[in-house]
Amino acid sequence: MKRLLVLGAGTAGTMVVNKMSHHLDPNEWEITIVDQEETHYYQPGFLFIPFGIYGRNDVIKPRRDYIPTGVDLIVSEIELIEPENNRVKIAKGDRWLDYDYLVIATGTHPRLDETPGLVDEDGKIPDNVHTFYTLDGAVRLEKFLRKWEGGKLVLNIMEMPFKCPVAPLEFIFLADWWFTEQGIRDKVDLTFVTPLPGAFTKPIAARELGGILEEKNISLVTDFMAERVDPDRNTLVAFDEEEVPYDVLVTVPVNMGADVIGRSGLGDELNHVPVDKHTFVHAKYPNIFALGDAAALPTSKAGSVAHFAVETWTENFLRYIDGLDMKEAFDGHANCFIESGFGKGLLIDFNYDTEPLPGKYPLPGVGPFSLLRESEMNHWGKMLFRWMYWNILLKGKEMPVTSYMTMAGKWS
Amino acid sequence: MATELIAGREITVDEEGFFADPSQWSEDMAEELAKAIGIDELTEDHWKVIRFLRKDFEETGETATIRRVSTMTGISTKQLYQLFPKKPAKKMAYIAGLPKPTGCV
Repeated sequence: MKRLLVLGAGTAGTMVVNKMSHHLDPNEWEITIVDQEETHYYQPGFLFIPFGIYGRNDVIKPRRDYIPTGVDLIVSEIELIEPENNRVKIAKGDRWLDYDYLVIATGTHPRLDETPGLVDEDGKIPDNVHTFYTLDGAVRLEKFLRKWEGGKLVLNIMEMPFKCPVAPLEFIFLADWWFTEQGIRDKVDLTFVTPLPGAFTKPIAARELGGILEEKNISLVTDFMAERVDPDRNTLVAFDEEEVPYDVLVTVPVNMGADVIGRSGLGDELNHVPVDKHTFVHAKYPNIFALGDAAALPTSKAGSVAHFAVETWTENFLRYIDGLDMKEAFDGHANCFIESGFGKGLLIDFNYDTEPLPGKYPLPGVGPFSLLRESEMNHWGKMLFRWMYWNILLKGKEMPVTSYMTMAGKWS
Repeated sequence: MATELIAGREITVDEEGFFADPSQWSEDMAEELAKAIGIDELTEDHWKVIRFLRKDFEETGETATIRRVSTMTGISTKQLYQLFPKKPAKKMAYIAGLPKPTGCV
């Protein structure tokens, strides 16, 4: 028997075992997936919780419901990967799992403890500091905002890269809409603070999205590399001593890969796994792959990227195990709806080489969607996506979009 | 692409003045590049950073991020801001003749 071991049962890992249980012969292959938690989180939904659009129950389901029969799911902490010996140590039963091929899909995680002042010695976060990057944090913020009567709300990004790069913009757009609905927008000052030179990374998108910030009367502070939070003065302090005071801070914390990656010597300085950007093969070990947010790749850490990556990886892996060369397949394709408030949204579509461009995104039967422009259609696309995630995407079924980016409809 | 005269040699640069071809760089250019962006003297710590960036680029093909430089050289981010004031990521890359660091998407 050959053994495929998958670490992490999030978006990427779950898709991998669904694809593989379909393709691999159960008489020849044993497929095992390990995760430390029973619950699968629909992470794109966290953004909507502070505004009461979704609640806790809208974004959680049991992982087991998404693992196909024939695949062994083990719920356990992962203690160590020994790539030289092709085995992984897990906490449950204190045992070793051997593998022929290993897929690392342990994601990337918000780390409040990486920024001085965000948490005190007991791990407690100040009452006026929040994050929506965890489910508990999003629920806590919802409770806080319901009582808040106005003041200066600052959204800040601590460091690149972080998962779902459009989420901070969406948060501030939705905040503008929500405070308008509550009738207190005139009492709220909204500021968006980023280490990047603009509202987004790529020049055309940065310009368009920066324009929307301005229209919505949201201040933008760029090139702000936060060093620490001073909770006594309610101030965010940058490495170059620049300061931004706040009444409420909503932070996007430093994101890091799983600690086990660092402990096992498989990661970079943020515990993300360096792999080939087209084939996902580890730089040092040819039988180890990293998919989804766990991988150190020059594209977005996002569910859509994980989806396109798993699609192209599947085809390649089936060649690889039969001794065929892999095709240089993955192009870094990302496709994200950006919720912009007032029932509207934008859509961006890009890859390693092509930045997000305006135009139309064709989709048979439903589309087209407007690219880089606000429309109600894009909002409905985003809302429908939750259903597609649970019912089509995770189960590895065919999605009505191509894995590779196409130039069709784009103005260039 | 434009060219610029640096240490008496013709260098191909991108629209922001970063080296288009890192192999055109040599150590004797660093002082002149540093002066052009307001750093008058290159100390031992500056050189530690520059040499790390060059070596890392050779191995990975990417310009290292501030966090990577700090982790690998032991020079804190705070110190990097003192050595290369205001925009250390860009300034380090410029002096080391490397492409502008790609802000990850």
